[in-house]
Amino acid sequence: MTKQQVLDLYFLDARHKLVELAAFLDRVERAAGKDDFRLQSFRQALTQLNGKKKNKVKAALLAFSDPTTTPIAKAAGKGAVGAYVGSR
Amino acid sequence: MRYIEPHAHMVSRTTDDYERMALAGCEAVCEPAFWAGFDRSSPAGFYDYFCQLTEHEPKRAAKFGLKHFCWLCINSKEAEDVKLAEEVIALIPQFLNRPNVLGIGEIGLNKNSRNELRVLEMQVELAATHEQLILVHTPHLEDKLKGTRLILDVLKNDQRIRPERVIIDHVEEHTVEMVLDCGMWAGMTLYPETKCTPARAIDILETFGQERLWMNSACDWGVSDPLAVPKTALEMKKRGHVASAIEKVIFGNPKSFLKQSGKFKL
Repeated sequence: MTKQQVLDLYFLDARHKLVELAAFLDRVERAAGKDDFRLQSFRQALTQLNGKKKNKVKAALLAFSDPTTTPIAKAAGKGAVGAYVGSR
Repeated sequence: MRYIEPHAHMVSRTTDDYERMALAGCEAVCEPAFWAGFDRSSPAGFYDYFCQLTEHEPKRAAKFGLKHFCWLCINSKEAEDVKLAEEVIALIPQFLNRPNVLGIGEIGLNKNSRNELRVLEMQVELAATHEQLILVHTPHLEDKLKGTRLILDVLKNDQRIRPERVIIDHVEEHTVEMVLDCGMWAGMTLYPETKCTPARAIDILETFGQERLWMNSACDWGVSDPLAVPKTALEMKKRGHVASAIEKVIFGNPKSFLKQSGKFKL
């Protein structure tokens, strides 16, 4: 596809998602209390989106990922929260 | 347009979903053994589940002209209890000769713990001993990168495992390249909220090519869409992919991998 075709097909959807991201940040910033590692990872991922560097989605995913390489001693639960707690 | 759904948990879906999938062009559905959303209390619960996958579910699918195949294992979410896992794994060989069993799966990791890794190694041993195909679940979200690396290390270190007989599922942009570089197949799971969207799955196809890649819905009891594969085919068409290229991804590729089992016949 050409850039024009990509824009025709995906611009409104991407615009919608960007505005939702902005609204989420406004919402969490005006809320009371402290944030946590998830928001810090989120902001780190956002820094990967601007500029001309390629593979932005991979960089964003890496910002949320556990970078360690050894197994943990025991699984405390089953769920994932979306960001690595150790990235605090 | 005909397609194969290579990863769907139909025991969690309604009969209406079978009908919708058949109407959308599905010719076969493959069901890996997975977590039921709660922990089973004994190996007997798994025995019943394996009977459901090999006896009952094929009959439900057949009512809509769909072939049903399955994979057997203890999933990684219940793998922290190694004793339970050993007892469940001991049950599996008696089911392997059943006509719809394609291999061992979906094995893998969830939280990347030592016990999960031990149970993964036990099930890789089971697959190697019985010369079975392997379908691997990779962890969710922040655990996926580390888990994928650990899983690939286990598989690469076992000289009996032929990479072309392994599919690593739920890949995303940060894990797909390492899987393909190992010579294994990679599965992209199309989820509304996590894993890949249709648009991102097609991005991966356009970036890495169409060899050794498939797409699946992994529909289950959670937020998921049993028609995710045909919807992604439609998205490919919108992007200008020709019909033969679409059919290769949604029908030809899964068929090529699955027929290695010797049982996958349409």
